[in-house]
Order: sequence, then C-alpha cells, then structure tokens
Amino acid sequence: MPVSNMIESIRDALGIALAADDDLLILGEDVGRYGGVFRATEGLQERYGPDRVIDMPLAESSIIGAAIGLALEGYKPVCEIQFLGFLYPGFEQLISHVSRIRYRTQGDYGMSMVIRAPMGSGVKSHELHSDSFESFYVHIPGIKVVVPSNPYDAKGLLLAAIDDPDPVIFLEPTALYRAEREEVPAEIYQIPLGAAKLVREGQDLTMIAWGGMVPVVKEAAVQLVEDQIQCEIIDIRSLYPFDQDLIVQSVKKTGRVIVVHEAPRTLGVGAEVAAMIQEQAFLFLEAPIMRVTGYDVPTPLGALEHVNRPDVNRIKKAVQQVLHY
Amino acid sequence: MNKQVELPKAFSKERLLELAHQMWLIRYFDEKVDEFFARGLIHGTTHLCVGQEATAAGACAVLNEQDKITSTHRGHGHCIAKGADVNRMMAELFARETGYCKGKGGSMHIADVDRGNLGANGIVGGGIPIAVGSALTAKMKNLDYVTLCFFGDGASNEGSFHEGINLASVWNLPVIFFCENNQYGMSGSVKEMTNIENIGDRAAAYGIPGIVVEGNDLFAVIEATQEALERARNGGGPTLIEAKTYRWKGHSKSDAKKYRTKEEERFWRTEKDPLVFMANRLIEAGLTDEQEWENIRLQAKEEIEAAVRYAEASPQPSLDSLETDVYA
Repeated sequence: MPVSNMIESIRDALGIALAADDDLLILGEDVGRYGGVFRATEGLQERYGPDRVIDMPLAESSIIGAAIGLALEGYKPVCEIQFLGFLYPGFEQLISHVSRIRYRTQGDYGMSMVIRAPMGSGVKSHELHSDSFESFYVHIPGIKVVVPSNPYDAKGLLLAAIDDPDPVIFLEPTALYRAEREEVPAEIYQIPLGAAKLVREGQDLTMIAWGGMVPVVKEAAVQLVEDQIQCEIIDIRSLYPFDQDLIVQSVKKTGRVIVVHEAPRTLGVGAEVAAMIQEQAFLFLEAPIMRVTGYDVPTPLGALEHVNRPDVNRIKKAVQQVLHY
Repeated sequence: MNKQVELPKAFSKERLLELAHQMWLIRYFDEKVDEFFARGLIHGTTHLCVGQEATAAGACAVLNEQDKITSTHRGHGHCIAKGADVNRMMAELFARETGYCKGKGGSMHIADVDRGNLGANGIVGGGIPIAVGSALTAKMKNLDYVTLCFFGDGASNEGSFHEGINLASVWNLPVIFFCENNQYGMSGSVKEMTNIENIGDRAAAYGIPGIVVEGNDLFAVIEATQEALERARNGGGPTLIEAKTYRWKGHSKSDAKKYRTKEEERFWRTEKDPLVFMANRLIEAGLTDEQEWENIRLQAKEEIEAAVRYAEASPQPSLDSLETDVYA
C-alpha cells in the first residue's frame, strides 16, 4: 500500500475527485501553476487545465462568492483559502449566503461545495497564519466542519466532504501536513462525516481532541501509561455534525473527561462538547470535565507559541487533576 | 514614464545621500533577514522588499514626521523609510522583548506610533480602509497630516481597494494611495489577474487623479509623491500612484518562483537596480563619487550587523507576557 503524508493524501483525493467528476473545479490563490501555498494542488492544473484548477486573484470574497454561483449552476467548487486567517474577507459570503441558500430556497437549491484551509499553530508562524478559530464555522447553521488528524483520514474525509450535498469547511492542521507518513490506499474510500474515531482504548479517562492536538494527546497517553493510567482517546474529526454517541459511550465507561484544543478557550468547541456530555451522561461523571486549550490571545511568535499551544505536560497535569478530583 | 526626472530641487546633497543610506539599510535589512531565515535562526513568515527600495524611500522622503503611513505584509522598507529603529525591527524578527511588538508579532505587524507608522498588515489590502479612516480624522479634526497608504498590485483586486478609494474620493480626503506594483501577487502575474495595463488608470473610476511612475527611480517616485502630497495638503483630495517595481526574492521564504523566468529576474536585477540607478544619477550630477557611495553602503551594512547583535543580545519575552496587551 502506498505511504503518504497528509498533504500528499489531500492532493491524491483532489486528483481523484477531478478525474471522477468533470464538474468539479478547484478555485484559489496560487493553486494552479504554483501548486498551492502548501503544494496541495501541485500538478493538478497541468493535468486538468486552467479552466478546472483556477488561479484566482487576491479576492477571497469572490473565491467563495463565485463558488456560490458555480454551485447554483451545478458545478462542484472546491475552494482553497491559503490560511484560515485569510478567510475573513470571504466570511461575509460564507455566513450570509453559502450557509443559507438551501434554507432560503427551502431545498430548491443545494450548496455543495468544499472550502479547504490550513489552520492552527505549531509551525513557528504567528497571528493570522496560525489562527484556530474553528468555532466560528461550527456556529453557523448550514455548514459542516471537518478537521482530519492524519493522512488516511484526510483523504477519506475530503472525498466524503466533496460528495456531501452541503457546504463543508475542511480544516487542515498545518503542523500535520508533513508530520507523519502512513499507509493510504490508492483507491477511493470515504469516511462518513459525523463519525468520530476511537484512537485508543482505556478505562481511566477519556481524552477528546481533533486536528493538531491528536498527536499531542496520543503522546501524553503513552507517557501516562508509565503512571499506570490508561486513557481512552477520541478524535472527533468532524466538529459539525459531531459524534455524540461515541463520546457518551466512552464517558459512561471512564467517568472522567478532558477536552483538548488549541483554539482560544472561551466558546471553543470544547465548551460544546462539555455541555453535551453533562446533558447526556451527568450521572456517570466522577469529576468535572476539564479543558486544556489555547489562551484567549492571538497566536504569538517565538517561545510564547509553545506556552499558548497545549503540550504534553499541560495535558498530563489536567489528567492528574481530573483523576484526583 | 520613461522620461528622465530632474533631481528634486528641494533636496540638499546631504538629504539625497541620507536617502541613499536609507535604501542601503532597507536592502541589507532584508538580505540579512533572508539569510537568517535560510539558516533557521528566525521564524514566522516574512516577505522581503529587496529591489523595491526606491518606492518606500521615495514615497516617505516627501512626508513630514507627522504624516502617517499604513504598510503591508512586505513592509520592512516602509518602516525604515518612515524612520523606524532597525535594532527594534530586527529584535522583533528575532522574537525578542525589545522588538516593536515585544517579540510577539514578527515581521508583518510592526507599527511605530512615534513616527506615524500606523502599522504593517498581514492581510492583503487590509491597510486601505484604515488609511481612509486616518485621513478622515485629519480632515474632521483639522489636523495637518496626510496619510500615505502602501499596498501592492495584488491588493488592488481586493474589495477593500474599491471601498476605500471610493470613500476617500467622496469625502475628498488627504490620502495618497501608493500601489507598489511588483508584478506578482505571490505567483499571480498582474498581467493575468487584472485586465488593464496600469493599476493607476483605475483612478479614473473614482474620479481622482492617477499617476503611473517608474518605481525603481527614486527621483520619479519623489516627484509623483510630492505632487500627490501637495494636492492632499491643499484640500485637493486623494491621488492613486502606481509605482512599477519588482521584488527580487520570492513571495515568502518558501517560493520556488516557478511563475517567472530567470531572464526576467536578471533584467530587473541588472538593468533596473534602484540603487545602481541612484548611484549613477548622483555621480553623474557630481553630488557624490564612488568612494563616498561605497562608504555609505558599508555604513548601512554595519548598522544592520549591529542590529543583529542588538537583537541577539535582547531577552526573549517573559512567559507570563502571553496574555498582556490583548485588552487594555
């Protein structure tokens, strides 16, 4: 089986999708000749031509806005925004139109499109290049939000997102683009949106994470074994809709939960997860649900980036607090 | 655009040599940043303006200290030309506490309140409406300053360009929209991304004057900006200047530059170097000689080396500063 990193598996998925559907278009800044800022679309314009892999001017509002018009007429746009922090000029199209077309037309028009963007810190970048504001998008009714944490999932989730009848924001953790290589089947496969993944089984505590935090949580769990602590890990993968059943099932087993995200703490997706758990599994909880998160600050440069971003030590500390509550 | 511009009469020999020094500072600053990025000694991302020294220096040369600028993601030259301290700039790129953003903001977020630099901007076109607000303040409060807004060819396709210039025109504001057309928005050639020969021609759409100028000719930039500045100071409203230039380096640190030819790069580096152009003009006019020019160059180079030493000797931000300056 071929081995790929995440950027290669995304490129693979995009190539498959372009080959499978003549109406699929890729739109974005520098996606053509340049192959994308992180090379996710490298070689695709050569193969499918400039009318299908379209280099857009610096005009995020029109990347997303034009995609709406294309989708209304039956095309399947896959937009690339260079960094999640560059999406804001296009946010208006997203929140005012993309998310509402189906509702407005009461189902007469769908809005099947994907908007891909790298997100998150951990790459020694800062501010707008490291934003992790997934909550904005999760909060918008009518939009689905997906965050893969490994190459295999990235391909399967992206193909599912492309096939989905509704708009999907597909957030790619920049720190994981080239972090690991794993076996990724060459053929077409999909991972259904809304299904979380049980990454690790354990009975003492449930760790819930997504995207760039998943490898950090896994490392913490490995280290905690030395202290005779067995953590269960759930990678949510799909932030909206999210898999309540798998989480509740796990919480009923362990009774203790930490949620880890690099996004700012206040109104992060962790708050939603915690609220859902206490609604559905309150009597099974042995301790308050703890969050390990980024601070309520823009991502700083340099040494402070690592203070802001949850690391193994902060996670282990939170685990101890929850276990000894 | 190809006519030879007269040396600016209002500028003394000393002032012209000062500008030469400033342009060398800009070049060596960004050459040094390039080197340190390549060696993995500084991080974040960065956008270098090597080859574009004359636009920053020429535009800021006519401004007074109370005049304002807004800058861009490719803004080191603007900062230096508006009088920023290269030590504090370099410290910021090294993520040190003595930097302009206390080591938390990096290359794209330097502002310098004391010198009227309202700030660089990581969002393309982000500074345009900000400059409009700054100029509106000057008008409403009868303050004697003009705001000069730097942006690139890429920004001229963002919605903020249209919104901002339209407003400035309607309100007749003391603002100069200064487009540094370096031919590429990352890989997107201006020839492919716009369907007009000169971005400066877009001024007509807003009912304001547009000037298209040779951006690597310091004196042409000075002349154009002076004209726009006088108009703004005299209540004549905004001007759109397009200065044609070229960035020698890639868009950012990871750019293989597949979208342009080596011949094109060579042409701009050899035939259109703004510093060579300036040296030739000044020597030809008898205002300097090769020895003095060389001394200016070496002095600037040494100042950048000193800035590196300053940055390296500066402390990292303290870890408990993570949450400061998010709110008042």
